[in-house]
Amino acid sequence: MVEIDNLGLDSVGIVAFISTFMGAVLCIQMAFNIDTPLVPLYTIGFVTRQSVVLEFSPTIISLILAGKVGSRVASELGTMRVTEQIDAIEIIGINPATYLIFPKVVAAVLVNPILILMSMMMAIFGGWLAGVTTGLVASSTYIYGIKAFFDSYDIVYAMIKTVVFAFLIVSISGYHGFYTKGGALEVGASSTKGVVHSSIAIIVFNLILTQLLLA
Amino acid sequence: MIEAKNVSKSFGDNLVLDEVSVRFEPGKCNLIIGQSGSGKTVLMKCLVGLFEIDSGKVLYGDRVFSKMSFDEMKMIRQEIGMLFQGGALFDSMTVEENVMFPLSMFTNQTPAEKLERANFCLSRVKLENANKLFPAEISGGMKKRVAIARAIAMNPKYLFCDEPNSGLDPLTANVIDILISEITQEYNITTVVNTHDMNSVIEIGDRISYIHKGKLWWQGDNESILKSDNPELNEFVFATELTRKLK
Ligand SMILES: Nc1ncnc2c1ncn2[C@@H]1O[C@H](COP(=O)(O)OP(=O)(O)O)[C@@H](O)[C@H]1O
Ligand SMILES: [Mg+2]
Repeated sequence: MVEIDNLGLDSVGIVAFISTFMGAVLCIQMAFNIDTPLVPLYTIGFVTRQSVVLEFSPTIISLILAGKVGSRVASELGTMRVTEQIDAIEIIGINPATYLIFPKVVAAVLVNPILILMSMMMAIFGGWLAGVTTGLVASSTYIYGIKAFFDSYDIVYAMIKTVVFAFLIVSISGYHGFYTKGGALEVGASSTKGVVHSSIAIIVFNLILTQLLLA
Repeated sequence: MIEAKNVSKSFGDNLVLDEVSVRFEPGKCNLIIGQSGSGKTVLMKCLVGLFEIDSGKVLYGDRVFSKMSFDEMKMIRQEIGMLFQGGALFDSMTVEENVMFPLSMFTNQTPAEKLERANFCLSRVKLENANKLFPAEISGGMKKRVAIARAIAMNPKYLFCDEPNSGLDPLTANVIDILISEITQEYNITTVVNTHDMNSVIEIGDRISYIHKGKLWWQGDNESILKSDNPELNEFVFATELTRKLK
């Protein structure tokens, strides 16, 4: 499916890059914050994993994707609107909203969880790389921390968030693109609105979902 | 036959169409003319249901189109072909895929049959060897031809053309006009053409409706339009030296 390609595979590079570096930073920050021998060093691995799984990958990467995918969806649909391609679909007798937005929602809901899982792995790997190369934590200690107190519900929680965010990104930016009025300038405006509104929605739903799922 | 009865449409407090009543006959090029911004596109989009009308009726034969739901409209829309002002070709599809698109959506034809039909339509608009190109790779005149080919792919009973030759050189514009006129007669289509181009008016204007200030101001054909004594119409028709010489 073209949409999976456009919305998903296209983002692998940026997601991998950001995740690796953020994982590295998280690990180094943790290591510097633990300056008492009372806290075991494997805590670095443990906390890095928890931050990545619970918050960094599902939320921050979704925000990045809101910027990337959201602007793409909104400008694609906006351009189709102002060049009357959406009218052309409707005149053929097809419901253009369903025809254009639905496959994109499906693609994002399927692909984003894969991207987020990949992001988690890359971030944890980035943390390991940073910890080991700087000598802040031994490889085995870090890995011990990664495996410590693992609760698979955390992954479920992260995936639920990811799917909801994916839906929000595509439907909100799709909406703004679809209802663009005017010309090229307005396509730009729709694209911006799509990104801003889906980012805000992610932040708000993050709080709501966290309250619902973890409290 | 298509008929608009007392159709009004406004955007906010901008009254664009004011009780417009007009009939479009089969086998003829029914022209809607008027200045830029006079509401030609809005009228056309009201006729095909892309805009909802505020009051009045749109009829296709004896079917009241303006009261239909999306699903009921679907039936009539399969009998409609439309050529949009900018062509409105799908950027992500090749020329051939653009023409086959309506067939893929509404027929059970095999890919080979669809391709055959697409090739027929493309040859009808004299466009060969462009099948695999994308809209971004072809000229304005070619885009219009592809759009015509797509519009006639489903053998429409009704053909709508919004400024089919805007942005084209006079020669290409004329070729497109003649193509539309030929297809109209060949398949006895009810064709509605928006234009502000006097060349088209003279060339293919079987029946002409002049829209001015949101009202149907004048009706006639390409003979009577040059002899009319309607001052607003004359202002439009004889706007250039060339047309003044014609008189
Ligand atoms: N979607 C719309 N929303 C608001 N106003 C519109 C819309 N489409 C057209 N109009 C207004 O309707 C009037 C007629 O436009 P139009 O039908 O495009 O003119 P033309 O005769 O050049 O095709 C213009 O004043 C335009 O501003
Ligand atoms: Mg127009």
